Order: sequence, then C-alpha cells, then structure tokens
Amino acid sequence: MSEHAHPTVKTFVAVWAALLVLTALTVFVATLELGPFNAIVALTIATVKALLVLLFFMELRYSTALTKVAVVAAVFFLFLLAGLTLSDYLTRGWSSYINPFH
Amino acid sequence: METASHSTEAKTNYLNADYGIKSWLLTTDHKRIALLYLGSITVFFFLGGFFAMLIRLELLTPAGDLVLSDTYNKLFTMHGVVMIFLFLIPSIPAVFGNFLVPMMIGAKDLAFPKLNLASWYIFIIGAGFILYAILTGGLDTGWTFYTPYSTTYSNSNVVAAALGVFITGFSSIFTGLNIIVTVHRMRAPGLTWRRLPLFIWAHYATSVIMVLGTPVLAITIVLVALERLFHFGIFDPRLGGDPLLFQHLFWFYSHPAVYIMILPSMGVMSEVIACFSRKRIFGYDFVAMSSVAIAVLGFLVWAHHMFVAGISTYAAMIFSLLTFFVAIPSAVKVFNWTATLYKGSITFETPMLYAFAFIGLFTMGGLTGVFLGAVAIDLHVTDTYFVVAHFHYVMVGGGVTGFLCALHFWWPKMTGKMYPEAFAKLSAVLVFVGFNLTFFPQFVLGYMGMPRRYHAYPPEFQVLNVMSTAGASILAVGFLMPMIYLAWSLQYGKEAGPNPYRAAGLEWMTASPPPEFNFDETPVVTWEAYNYDEIDGTKKGVEVVG
Amino acid sequence: MSDSETAVQNLKHHFADLEQQKATSTFGMWLFLVTEIMFFGGMFASYLIYRLSYYNAWVAGSQTMEIQYGAINTAVLICSSLTMVLSVHSAKLGKRKMTAICLILTLVLGFAFLGIKGVEYYGHWVHHEVPGLNFHFEHTGNYDPRHVEIFFSLYFAMTGMHAVHMIIGAGLLTWLLIANARGRFSSEYNSPVEMVGLYWHFVDLIWIYLFPLLYLISHHHNG
Repeated sequence: MSEHAHPTVKTFVAVWAALLVLTALTVFVATLELGPFNAIVALTIATVKALLVLLFFMELRYSTALTKVAVVAAVFFLFLLAGLTLSDYLTRGWSSYINPFH
Repeated sequence: METASHSTEAKTNYLNADYGIKSWLLTTDHKRIALLYLGSITVFFFLGGFFAMLIRLELLTPAGDLVLSDTYNKLFTMHGVVMIFLFLIPSIPAVFGNFLVPMMIGAKDLAFPKLNLASWYIFIIGAGFILYAILTGGLDTGWTFYTPYSTTYSNSNVVAAALGVFITGFSSIFTGLNIIVTVHRMRAPGLTWRRLPLFIWAHYATSVIMVLGTPVLAITIVLVALERLFHFGIFDPRLGGDPLLFQHLFWFYSHPAVYIMILPSMGVMSEVIACFSRKRIFGYDFVAMSSVAIAVLGFLVWAHHMFVAGISTYAAMIFSLLTFFVAIPSAVKVFNWTATLYKGSITFETPMLYAFAFIGLFTMGGLTGVFLGAVAIDLHVTDTYFVVAHFHYVMVGGGVTGFLCALHFWWPKMTGKMYPEAFAKLSAVLVFVGFNLTFFPQFVLGYMGMPRRYHAYPPEFQVLNVMSTAGASILAVGFLMPMIYLAWSLQYGKEAGPNPYRAAGLEWMTASPPPEFNFDETPVVTWEAYNYDEIDGTKKGVEVVG
Repeated sequence: MSDSETAVQNLKHHFADLEQQKATSTFGMWLFLVTEIMFFGGMFASYLIYRLSYYNAWVAGSQTMEIQYGAINTAVLICSSLTMVLSVHSAKLGKRKMTAICLILTLVLGFAFLGIKGVEYYGHWVHHEVPGLNFHFEHTGNYDPRHVEIFFSLYFAMTGMHAVHMIIGAGLLTWLLIANARGRFSSEYNSPVEMVGLYWHFVDLIWIYLFPLLYLISHHHNG
C-alpha cells in the first residue's frame, strides 16, 4: 500500500499543545457560573480534544472507511443505550403514580 | 470423475497432520479449535440438560416435594446460566463458524488464529468459574442476576458465577471480532459480498452483535460483583440506586444475545434448504439484508423484558412498537425459505428434517414473541410458563435444532465419515416429537396462569406438567442418540468423500476431512452462491479436489 | 537484522502479504477499541442517568475532587500520548533507539499518572469517601448523602477500570520495549507499536471524558 501522507512531528507537537491549551480552558470555564452551559461547554471541549486524539494521534483521518464506520457505530450504539434508557427515566414522572425520584 | 479417496498415497488432513495432546491444546488451526469447542459445549449441554431433568422431575407433582425451594431456585438458575452462556452463545459460531468461515471464503485460517485459541481458553476458564460456583453451593438469582437480590440478599455464589460469565463474554467478543475482520479482509479473489453464502452473512451479523453488545454485559456484571463485594451502591435502593438501571444495562446485551443464539441457525438453514431443494435461496439480497436488520433492530427492543418491572408506560409503548418491527426481518427469512422450497427438488436427508423442524418451531416461537411484545398481553402472561414456552421454542426449536442440523450437514466434511442415516432420522423425529410434547403444554400452562420459577403449583396444572416431563424424556433420548451414532461413525461410518450432498460452497470443493490449510490452491471465485443449476444441470461447476 | 528480513520473518502463513496483514491487524485493533467504547459506555450511561436524577449530590461529590490532581493527570496523559505517537513515528522510520526512548518516556508518564491517582485514592480514603468501606459524608446541602455514595461508587468504578487499563497498557509497553531491544521492529514491520499506540490513545480518550465529568461538575460552592 502506498504510504499515505504521514503527519509530521510538527503536527504531533501542535496537537499536543492544543490539547494542553484546551485542558486549561476547560478548567478555567468550570470556575465560571454558566448554569446548564457548564456541562455543554465542558463536553464540547472534551469532544474537540477527543477528535484531535482520534484524527491525528490515532490517524483515523487516514484509516479506511470501514474503520470510520466502526467507530461511528460504537458511538451511535452508545447513544442508543443512554438515549432509550433515558426514555424510561425521563417519562416516569409523566404517569402520576410512578415517580421514584420524588 | 472423482478421485478415489483411498489412493495409495495417504493424504494428510487437519486431523492427522500432527499428533499428541500438545498439538491439540496449542493448535492455532481454526478447524481443530472448532472441535475443541464442540467437545466442551457438548459436555456443557448435557450438564444443562441434567439440571433440566431435575426441574422436570420436581414438576411432576404439584407439591414441592423433590427439592427445597432454595434448591429449585438454584436448579433453574444453573440450567439457564449453563445453557445460555456455556452452550447456546458459543454453539454454532464457535464450532461451525470457526470451522467453516475461513473455508467458505477460501481463506487458510481466521484473521487472528492465536486469538482464536485464546478465545477457547478464555471460554474454558470462564466455564471453570461457573462450575466452581455450581460445586460450591450454586447460584439462585436466576440467570438474569436481578438486583438487589444478587447484590445484597442472595446467599449463593454470585461473585464466582458473575466472574465466570464476565470471562466467557470475552471469548464471545474475540470470536466475533475474529469473524468480522476475517470476512472483511480475507475473502478469496472474486468473492464479492453478494456471492457469499448466507451462512457468512448470518455469522457476520451475529459477530456485530457480539462485539457491540457483550461488553455492556461485561461491565454490568462487573458492577454487580463490585456492589456485592464492596457494597458499592449503584443498583442498591437503600442508597437511592435503581434496580431497574441494572435491568436496562443487562437486557441491552441480553436481548441482542438471543439474536446471537438464533442468527447462526438461520444461516445454517439457508445452506441446508438450498442444498436439499437444489435451488438458489429465493430473495438472496433480502435474506442477507434481513440478517443485518435483525442485528441492528435487535438492539432497540430490550425493555420489552421490563414491561411490568416499573418502567414508564410511555417507554413501554416505544419498546413495544420497536419489538413489532424486529419480527419483520425474521419473517422475511421464513418467507424466502418457503419460496425456495416451492418447486424445488426436495429430498429428506436428516439435515433437511431438522430444517423443516426449524421453520415450523421457530415460526411458533417467533410469533409468540410478538404476542409478548404487545404490552396488553404481556401484562397477563409475563413471568408465566407462556414466556418459558416461547423462549424454548426459539432457543431449542430454533437454536438447538439449527445446531443439530449443522452437525449432521457438515459432519462428513469435518470427519470424512457419514453417519447412519436411519438412526439420524429417527433421532430427528424423536427430538421433534419430544420437544413439542415438552413445550406446547407450557403455552397452555402459562396462559392458564402457572408462574415460572416456582417449584410447587396448584393441582389443576398437573396433567400438563406430566405431559411436559414425558416429552422431556423423549427429547432426552433424541439428544442422546446422536452422541452414540456420531461416535460410532468415526470408526465405522462410510467414507464421505469431498461432497456427499453435492452441495454448493467452497468448503465442499476440498477434501473431507480438509487439508491442514484448507485448500491446495487459493480458489478464484467466478460463480454466484448456490449455483445448483450449474452443479446439477451441467455438472461442470464442481471441481473435486482431494 | 535488515528491514526485509524482519518483514519476511513476521509474515504469518495465512496472509498473502504484509500489507494485508497490517490492514487486518489495524482493523482488528480498532474493532477491539469499539468493544472498549461499549464497555466503558455502560458506566457512562449509568453516570448520566444518576447525574440527571441526583444533580446536587453529584455536585457535592465532584466538589470533593482535587482539581489540580485531575488537571495534572490530564496533562500527564496528553504528554504520554505525544511520546507514544513519537515512538510509533520512530518505529516507522526504523529508529530503534528513539523508539525505545519514547516508549520509556510513555511508560514513565503512565506510572506518574497511576502514582497521582494513588495519592488521590488515599486522600479519599482519609476523608471517608470510599463506598462500602468507610463512607461517611458530611452533607450540608439540598441533597441526599446516600446519593453521594452512588457518585463515589461510579467514581471508583470508572477511574478504577481506567487505571486497570493503564496497567495493562504499561504491560504492553514493556513488551514492546523488550521486542524493540531484540530488534524485532523495522521500517517494514512495526505494526505492534502502532497497535499498542492505538490502545494507549484510547485510554487517554477515556480520561479526556472522565476528567470534566467527575472533577468539573460545578466548581463553585453553592451550599
């Protein structure tokens, strides 16, 4: 197989620096009072970091379409697990007689 | 013309390529590993059957007079744990998937042969923990490990059994991983996806389920063990934890698990029905896609096991609707098999008898599953013998029947010997009759209200219970007979030759038993799957090697 | 040993060529990581359900975490990911010594992470925050302290499972160091380094999510 374009050491160091900066950012934002947005910002930053690791360090950019599909599938099924389970928890209060969390 | 199988130069095959215990225990040959699995799961099948026998003996009389109720709880628990985790989940994929997947795609082995061997050892180690749990007092939580009984109140060997289930789960994961990678990366030249046998499609879909679902069971059972050992409080109501969270996590795997137990059988059916109707499977694309659909949709329905557990009625409605959808791809398969039979040249060799049994019994089991998916019906028959009958129809009438079908169909390929057809047909009939006599009365019992997991019952249920036990005795004979005549055939059976059924498929184009690396030369595939018209019509399609 | 010699030595019999073998191993490792996503996912799902139900208790639990340890550990893991990726890079260029140095650095950083985690665990023990063993929570707010015990149960389960995976990773790195010292890798054959790299990065990925979810829920005290 022909060698795909390899990330250079410079790219790796740049990603590393970005990851550290984003970590500092997420700690900083956590000290602010943003209500529900605290969680959203924190998870967004975490996802950006995760994508950096996946795409650059793990070279998912250069992987086969099959590999990408596999990773997306895993995330999808995880969302299914959490989402459909939540469909139970979030709607329990709708029936007046079942409410386990007062 | 076929070359005589007793030629002057004895050809080596995978069985005689090497001798000695080490050559078996350290093998990386997928065919030998398949036989290692075959031996182990057969032992576990009869262990599970032993527990079943004790259950049915107890249920001969209404009073709980054979064993104590605590003991009875252990009996049905161990029956479930052994049959599901030590027999059904591995069964076809670990034996026939391992043996046939590389051969059917023209490869020399699976993608990761050493991982394959490790899978078997992991399976044995996990089984060891489960056996340890059995021998040191048993487990009484039900195979479903519901909390908080399993985490807090049970006095039985929960941690050992949980550990055993956790470990065998990894065996399943690695087998599935191996099959997926193999099918993607190691197909012979010319073997496109749409030329693959439907057995491969079925095993591919099964493997996707194994890979995505089993890890969730693994972590759930770890949390149960941690809660029991360290009094972590994730599922503990005393700490505000929710036992239903356990059930959600547990069934997220355990529902797709039932598709792990049936999809491989469906793959077997496609091979056998095509062969003994001498026809290509009708609607190949639909059957292939239905396997994938079952794998995906199977992950969307798990809370139908929890309709009365306390989930919200709105979630129940969603899951009920999704459950109706998941039945559709299974029905697609049954219709296509039936269409394949139409105007086929049907013969009734033993594998075909099992295939007919499968179609009928699986349909009954599957339809009763749809009934149970309707919340209004489930409210009345959940946790009764109706459910027990339903899942035995699909798991035994479907899963075990499929296993026996595969065992007979590919026995000549694996061993080079034919089994005695008359005895095989007789035991197939005994299995069918015994099975129906055992489990059909249980539908009636459940409908009449007899609860499951009870060792005593009201006297009006006795007649049906006696019928059920009588059926179980016949079923037992039907299961034991193959042990005898298959073993007999190893020594005295007729030489099978490479392709005794004139079946389509790459595995039949090499010797029986196959050479160590499957094919003398890597085949190049230029024909469609199930090319029976070529095989029968022109007789040019089959090249006999060996 | 020359590059082509290592190549020939390492081609398994059931593959047609090294390229097929490498593509197969890579896909296999990614599939394994898919199973790991589902494995940790069960705990993340449990965390999510309880966080939505017992938010205040979750805040109380999170506020006992020492952010500096978590942040330093995050940085340590990020650095170890860099050294790991550099060791893969060196292996692909056939630079044995550089590969060894980077692997050792990765290993050292990994142990640093585990050490800091150990310090944290000890701190939790001292403060009676270990469920089932000595849990006692001084509660000063609008929540049920029993629910804080659930938070800590998930905390220990998730970080504990993560730590187990790091220990396994350390074992894999050690194996790589030994193999590298024996000259098993070259620019033609280096996929084991890359595969372990994928695993290591994945363990880093898990921590990237664990850190905000466990340490940063709400860092201002609201009673």
